Amino acid sequence: MRILPLSLTKVLVEREGDRLVGPLEMTVGAGGISVVMGPNGSGKSTLLKVCHGLVTPTSGTVAWAGDQAANARRHQAIVFQKPAVLRRSVRENVAYPLKLRGVPRAERLEKADQLIARARLNALADRDATVLSGGEQQKLAIVRAWITEPEVLFLDEPTASLDPGATRDIEALIGSIDAAGTKIVMTSHDLGQIKRLATDVLFLLDGLIKERGTVEQIFDSPQSETLAAFLRGDIVG
Amino acid sequence: MNGLSDGFREAFRLVVTLDPALVEIAGLSLFVSLSAVAAASLIGLPLGALISVRSFPGRGVIVVLLNAFMGLPPVVVGLVVYLMLSRSGPFGVLGLLFTPTAMIIAQTILILPIIASLTRQSISDLWDHYRELLQSLDATPAQITATLLWDARRSLLTAVLAGFGRAIAEVGAVMIVGGNIEHATRVLTTAIALETSKGNLALALGLGLVLLILALVVNAATHALASRTMGRR
Ligand SMILES: Nc1ncnc2c1ncn2[C@@H]1O[C@H](COP(=O)(O)OP(=O)(O)OP(=O)(O)O)[C@@H](O)[C@H]1O
Ligand SMILES: [Mg+2]
Repeated sequence: MRILPLSLTKVLVEREGDRLVGPLEMTVGAGGISVVMGPNGSGKSTLLKVCHGLVTPTSGTVAWAGDQAANARRHQAIVFQKPAVLRRSVRENVAYPLKLRGVPRAERLEKADQLIARARLNALADRDATVLSGGEQQKLAIVRAWITEPEVLFLDEPTASLDPGATRDIEALIGSIDAAGTKIVMTSHDLGQIKRLATDVLFLLDGLIKERGTVEQIFDSPQSETLAAFLRGDIVG
Repeated sequence: MNGLSDGFREAFRLVVTLDPALVEIAGLSLFVSLSAVAAASLIGLPLGALISVRSFPGRGVIVVLLNAFMGLPPVVVGLVVYLMLSRSGPFGVLGLLFTPTAMIIAQTILILPIIASLTRQSISDLWDHYRELLQSLDATPAQITATLLWDARRSLLTAVLAGFGRAIAEVGAVMIVGGNIEHATRVLTTAIALETSKGNLALALGLGLVLLILALVVNAATHALASRTMGRR
């Protein structure tokens, strides 16, 4: 393990006096797909950004372990809830993180083409990425994040507002990334998807981890009435 | 009195006969303005990018000044450069007054705010869009600047062409620092002013039309070149 496990200790995020996330404790170990589940505004995106180091907590620590902990960001990648695509071709977009790392052009484009094929975007490889549909842009963003072979991949609502076909493609892609040994931490509020993908689940509400467990524990025996209500589709929070 | 058609006839004659005086004047116009565009782009593009991406004390002031200076009056720029370069001025020893170099300097100052301001505008918009992604990828400041300049290249081209348009069309600055000296510093706009004052209206109008054609050709050529080398967008 280069950078896992990740430990968040007494993490609290405040903005202009408002508490957004925490105080919370969290550990992310290797293997499997961890899903952060919770209603809108519960702090899922903020939590992922804290883990990735883009949001600095007001207090508490975010610690990576392993021999590469000092430059942990190099071994992670994130796909944002609304991923930005560069004003370049699909192929150039996917290859871009390797360009920043100084990988020679031929090598990085070859690797990009392989991933574009896995995402079933072959037909669009030379297209200007900004004209792609939402689902296609989401796939692009996922393989662009994967191209550096991160040890941990954060995915923020990778299928929100996509149709069933695109959702299935992206879930398959997430499956192959998981199978390739990359730890996935994702957010979702699609209960069906969580059941299909998750190995373990964190239930986040109002910036706090209300409950955590394996996917079976969470769905089959919720400990709190709030979680049970959330799983029934009731409004919580 | 049929000034316009006389002007067209004169322009036509000047162009088809490749009138040597015209070629010299138009050539100098192009040389001075393209040099100024090159110099102002070299400074203005990175400067515009820098003030979009970096925050530092005084940035707001620079933005306001650049925006305000987009409309600098050419004669004022010419006058200031004149004072700088004149014998008694701080750069008098260089002996640059009434040379094409002085004209390039004046036009560079004139269009630098245009290029830098327009660059800042398009780079800022793009940076808002790219910021999180580039931060998450740990892009260095140099990589960020290069990425933004490249991906904004279409609008930057427009910024550069706007600068060129202003440079090639202005008369006040080049008149003052160049002096409209025949075979030395005479350009299309100063020649037009001179011919007009002498009452050669057809010739003046002809030169004006040549100026217009020149600006059109440069714009068209740039766009053609751009779409060949920059991809479809
Ligand atoms: N930079 C910020 N400044 C102030 N408030 C913020 C900031 N970022 C997020 N918030 C607030 O923090 C709360 C949590 O936001 P966050 O985006 O993490 O929620 P989320 O669970 O991802 O929601 P969604 O399901 O809608 O994506 C929200 O109330 C949001 O308005
Ligand atoms: Mg979110």
